[in-house]
Formats: sequence, structure tokens, C-alpha cells
Amino acid sequence: MDEEKPETPAPDTRSVEQIRKDRNRVLGLGLAAFVVLVFFISIAKMS
Amino acid sequence: MYGHATMTTSITPPNPAPARRPAEWRDLIALTKPRVMSLVIFTGLCGLIAAPTRIHPVLAFTAILCIAIGAGGAAALNQWWEADLDAGMKRTAKRPLPQGRLDRTTARDFALVLCSGSVFLMGFAIGWLPAAILAVSIVYYSVIYTIWLKPRTPQNIVIGGGAGAFPPLIGWVAATGEITLMPVVLFAIIFMWTPPHFWALALFVKSDYAKVGIPMMPVVAGEKATRRQILIYSVLLLPLTMVPWWIGGTGLVYGASAFVLSALFLALSVRVGLRTRGEEDTMKPEKQLFAYSVIYLFALFAALVLDRFIVI
Repeated sequence: MDEEKPETPAPDTRSVEQIRKDRNRVLGLGLAAFVVLVFFISIAKMS
Repeated sequence: MYGHATMTTSITPPNPAPARRPAEWRDLIALTKPRVMSLVIFTGLCGLIAAPTRIHPVLAFTAILCIAIGAGGAAALNQWWEADLDAGMKRTAKRPLPQGRLDRTTARDFALVLCSGSVFLMGFAIGWLPAAILAVSIVYYSVIYTIWLKPRTPQNIVIGGGAGAFPPLIGWVAATGEITLMPVVLFAIIFMWTPPHFWALALFVKSDYAKVGIPMMPVVAGEKATRRQILIYSVLLLPLTMVPWWIGGTGLVYGASAFVLSALFLALSVRVGLRTRGEEDTMKPEKQLFAYSVIYLFALFAALVLDRFIVI
């Protein structure tokens, strides 16, 4: 279960700011999803 | 947590290479080996669904999420540690670390956050027994297999491959809160499946492993011994997959499916086990066995789940 096809490298055309912006957006969405998940876990554990 | 402490304080991989650009989120995702994770998620989900106890859907989702994040973290730790080796193998040279698209510190920190986060979330949301098994599985894969066994012994995959056997056990324990015979048998099935699955691959990418000095079975013991070992594990796998049916843990749907699927697995293994490589050999039987071994595990665990819903 250790195997996968090699990933294709992303073309190196985007600016550093664009890369940071995209990463921050994904991080923000991840944190928001985590908060929502914890909320629903709390509800589920109380039910 | 032993593995985390060890890795952050005393182990430094050789030749850290600085990255030229900030980390792309796609490269961080690639670090978690998403394709491998799909099988981990599937077997974990099957263990959870096949368990006799039902849990709240949100908690079931959380348990599977934790298994996936933990597996992703362990895979990222594996890539962090093996970046130099990956650079020397055609199959892995285009990963983010060997390509310099990520720096090693980011990869290691990302991996540690995923590993510790998954264990604590599992502990708080589901229970500390599945969390402890998840932690053991992470340390098993990233420390015992990747760092200790893989570079030292041709039996690396036999013991280290057990890391991939944890997800159904964790899924089952997350649902029931206890370790019984059935999840241990599910663990044993994947444990026994791993060597023939991986050695079939190792037979046709042997030169890659030899080039970077990884002592895989075909490199150290030779093809003949590897083929014999594939055959032995495949012979043992067939009766083992029937155990859940024999002990009454599953019904006929699983029993019949397991027999047919495992018999075909054995037939393909016999073909690999009894042949010798010829001139200009394309290794088709080995490639077929490897491809089938992935389908086999999906189908076997799908049968386990179907068996819960179809009673004959």
C-alpha cells in the first residue's frame, strides 16, 4: 500500500504572492471545517 | 508519541535541500500520498461498517477522517525521511521533496501536525483506545518500517507492511470500543496480503531499489526466493480470508466471495511463483498480480460490508 504513480510537477508560472494566497485560503477553509466538525462532534456526543 | 519526540529531537535526515518557492498546498496534499490513502480510508470504513455496533454518523465520519489524516501524516513523514532515496528512483523522483518544490522542514512540520492532530482528535471525539492504536500505526509505519526496517532487512515489508493492516482494526474499535477476534483477523488478512502485493511490484521495479540500496527481497535474496515467498504467502492467505466466515463473524456472501477472490489471487501467484524471467521479459504476470492484488483487497472488504446488509 506504499505505491502510487509519480505526480506531475506543477508548472512554475505563478507568483509567490499567488501561491501564498492560495495556501492561506486552503488553510482558512481547513480551520473553518475543523470548527464546524468540532461543533457537530459536540452535538453528536451530547445526543 | 515516542516517534514524534524521536524525530524532532534526535533524527536529522541527510543533506537537507532548500526549496526555491513557498510550499504550494497541492504539494502538501501530494505529500500525504492521496492514492494510497484511498485504500486506507476504504479498509478503515469497511472495518467500521462491518462492526456489530452502530455509532453516530458524525462520529463515524470523524473516525475515518482521523484514520485518513493519520495515514497522510505517516506518508508525509515517510517522504520527508526518504527524500534522497526518492530522488534516485524513477518512480518517485517527481515527488515534491526530490523536485525541490517543498523544503524538508515544512514537510516534517506538516507531517507532525497531521499525525498528532489525528491522534488527539480521535481521542477526544471517539475514544483513547482507537487513538492509541492510530498512534501505534503511525509510529509503526514512519519509525519501525521507514527508518528502522526498510534500509536494513529484505523482510522489511513483512513486518513493516503491518502498518497498512491497522485501518480496519481502528475502524472496528472506533465503532465498538473493544478489540475482539474479528478485527484482529482483518488485521491479519492485510498483513498476509502485503508481502505478495509488494514483492510483485518489487520484481518489476527491482533495478530502482537496487540503485538506491534498499534491500528489497528480489535485490538481496534473488528473484527465485522472492517468487517462492509470494507463493507461500498467497497459499496462507486463502484459508486466512475464510476465517471470518468459519468463526461465524460473517455470512455466506463474504465466505463465497473470499474463496473466489483468494483462489484467483492464488492462481495468479502460482503463475508468478513458478516462472523464471526470460530474455526481454515484460514481467506481465507480475504486473497482473500487482494490479489484481489492489482490486482484490477492495473487493474482499467490499464483500465484508455487503455481507452485513445481505443475509443469505
